[in-house]
Amino acid sequence: MVYKKRFDGRKFDELRKIEAEVGIIPNADGSARFKIGKTEAIAGVYGPKEMHPKFLQNPKKGTLRCRYDMISFSVNERARPGPSRRSQELGLVIASALEPVCLLNDFPKLIVDVFIEIPQADAGTRCAAICAASMALADAGIPMKDLVAAVAVGKIGDKICIDINKEEEDYDGPGGATDIPIAYSPVENKLTLLQLDGKIKDEDLVKAIKEGIKGAKKIYEIQKAALKKKYKVNEVLNE
Amino acid sequence: MSKLIIASREVALPGDLLAEGMEFIAGKNTYRKNEKIYSNRLGLVDVKGSVIKIIPLSGKYIPQKEDLIVGEISEVGFSSWQVDIGAPFIANLPLSEGTNTYIRKDEDLSKYFNVGDKLIGRILNFTSTGSLQITCKGPGLRKIKGGLIVKIDYNKVPRVIGKKGSMISMIKELTNTEIIVGQNGWVWINGEASDILRAKKAIELINEKGHVKGLTDTIKEMLEKNSKIKPVKN
Repeated sequence: MVYKKRFDGRKFDELRKIEAEVGIIPNADGSARFKIGKTEAIAGVYGPKEMHPKFLQNPKKGTLRCRYDMISFSVNERARPGPSRRSQELGLVIASALEPVCLLNDFPKLIVDVFIEIPQADAGTRCAAICAASMALADAGIPMKDLVAAVAVGKIGDKICIDINKEEEDYDGPGGATDIPIAYSPVENKLTLLQLDGKIKDEDLVKAIKEGIKGAKKIYEIQKAALKKKYKVNEVLNE
Repeated sequence: MSKLIIASREVALPGDLLAEGMEFIAGKNTYRKNEKIYSNRLGLVDVKGSVIKIIPLSGKYIPQKEDLIVGEISEVGFSSWQVDIGAPFIANLPLSEGTNTYIRKDEDLSKYFNVGDKLIGRILNFTSTGSLQITCKGPGLRKIKGGLIVKIDYNKVPRVIGKKGSMISMIKELTNTEIIVGQNGWVWINGEASDILRAKKAIELINEKGHVKGLTDTIKEMLEKNSKIKPVKN
């Protein structure tokens, strides 16, 4: 069986339905929720604040620390709560995807803490997490060059699909499934995250990244609209 | 040809293109990339002449030299005090900037400022490595006794003060209180208990609805209407 039509009937370059919202955690300095299809991520930003333990402080610039956590009911089989090897790695990956756009030079010795929870997972959680975190950072007033949009591209069979879901990720027909999460900053025109899980030819990878960038640009607009919605009321501030 | 993309007083997000061309100057919270100026903070665009800057709408207080601040002593050391001023940095109040009196060796400094004491100070120095020094010597700077401290969002401080101090002087007049607004967003109110509560209510309303047009009139109306709030009895 060749993969001709996507399992959920989407076009090959069609994203799942996206919901984005900013300012959902009153106690956080900045927060956001990003939902793409059934995958949902909630991010809260606390800081800048003093960093502890003190020996980790960087006297030249601030530090960005991300904590990624999947809630135990987020997947079909209960995930063991608490940090795991996977979640620790993803925390670092997300931090390094966001760091290139954050301007932390004004915060020597300080830390910006980002907490990301995944209440519901259907593939592409790291991408949803990056999208939510970048919105939350902007909401918290952290200086940033740009927002970051992320999307998971895949090669399912021999077709390049963007924003793959769990069903596609587990596809084991001819060609197999390849998962390529990317994060992209449109102003910088740079990828801040590029991972690959599976097999893919050189030329297909280039094609996949190009498709991914197209999808990321669409997500970028949704992120901006969500941020503007929260601060729209402020437009009348003009005395 | 230079062109402004986002008009003055509109919301800009990080990465938004603000202007094209070399005739504009990138001010605070913006950056230039080739011929384009981008925003790097969430805030309102402010264009004055050819300078474009962003007035932030969120974020924490970052100290600036000469800022008037209201703070609270958090630690008493051997030769200095540490002061919480609502910034992510801890402020240092050296002995020489805290008091004029002669202090003997090994004297307990809590006599002058103890933990929990409030003060009005000024930022003396703030280095790029995050060291922060404040002073309590100068006109109007002192340890404060009594009154109430209201903590508001520091981005709303200009609204609380108003144009040339119009808002704050009106609140002072109508509530008959003494008010000091620190640039860090800590507001000290002193006076009769009932008056303090009225002033507090007004300031909290500004903090909440800082974006509403004609706020001065709303506050004035509110204060004139509730001119007799009775203090809460414990």
